[in-house]
Amino acid sequence: MMNCKEATRLMSEGYERKLTLRERLALKMHRLMCIGCTNYGKHLGFLRRAAQRLREGGAGSER
Amino acid sequence: MKNNVPQTTAALWDDPSIVAIRRDMLRFAQLQLRDSGAAEDMVQEALMAAMSNAKSFAGRAALKTWMFAILRNKIVDYIRSSSREICGSDFIQNPGADTDIQDFDALFDRRGFWNPDDRPATWSDPDASLEQKEFWAVFDACLNNLPEQIARVYMMREFLEFETGEICRQLGISNGNCWVILHRARMGLRECLENRWFQGGAIA
Repeated sequence: MMNCKEATRLMSEGYERKLTLRERLALKMHRLMCIGCTNYGKHLGFLRRAAQRLREGGAGSER
Repeated sequence: MKNNVPQTTAALWDDPSIVAIRRDMLRFAQLQLRDSGAAEDMVQEALMAAMSNAKSFAGRAALKTWMFAILRNKIVDYIRSSSREICGSDFIQNPGADTDIQDFDALFDRRGFWNPDDRPATWSDPDASLEQKEFWAVFDACLNNLPEQIARVYMMREFLEFETGEICRQLGISNGNCWVILHRARMGLRECLENRWFQGGAIA
């Protein structure tokens, strides 16, 4: 089974390139069995949303 | 008609809502550039451009979003035009980069699985945090905690929406290297937010 170190790296790379089918399946399998990496994946999604908010000016004291 | 422009502009700049937006723009620019002089210039230019093209907006939030878009373009232009100065020789030579990888290695056991204490926790309703001023102070602090070059790549990617390929070309590093840097930035930022903001969320 793919380990967490590899899984976290792939999850990040998934934002930069299209993962291969094999990579996506391995990642899916890993996440089914690993709550830590499942959370990690959600957190990366959250970071994306936070970055979008910040770059659009929604992070300030004033909206 | 022309004579009225400076006056109108001056009046607008004193408006409390513009003052607040300007302050937020300055904070954003300083985060990207880490050079307050350049940041000040970018914001000034963006405000000038915004004022001379002003149209109507459905509310202040929409106006602010638009002004931030102008500011981002200014910062992108600035980075592109000064890319030779900030180019990547320090990336390649910087030995600090490897040290950081080892720091993250400490999160995993010998087989590469999370140590129980370092396993990412379940965050309860993280999106509610986006509405809180205190969260953004922590987010800023966490960004500033990242090694400078890692933060720079991350911000170019996520806040200025550079394609990874362009970042790599500008900094003279390979795609693979760029991905590793972004991975490290995300890992560092996530860990910092968990420790400094989301701690207390139950581990499911």
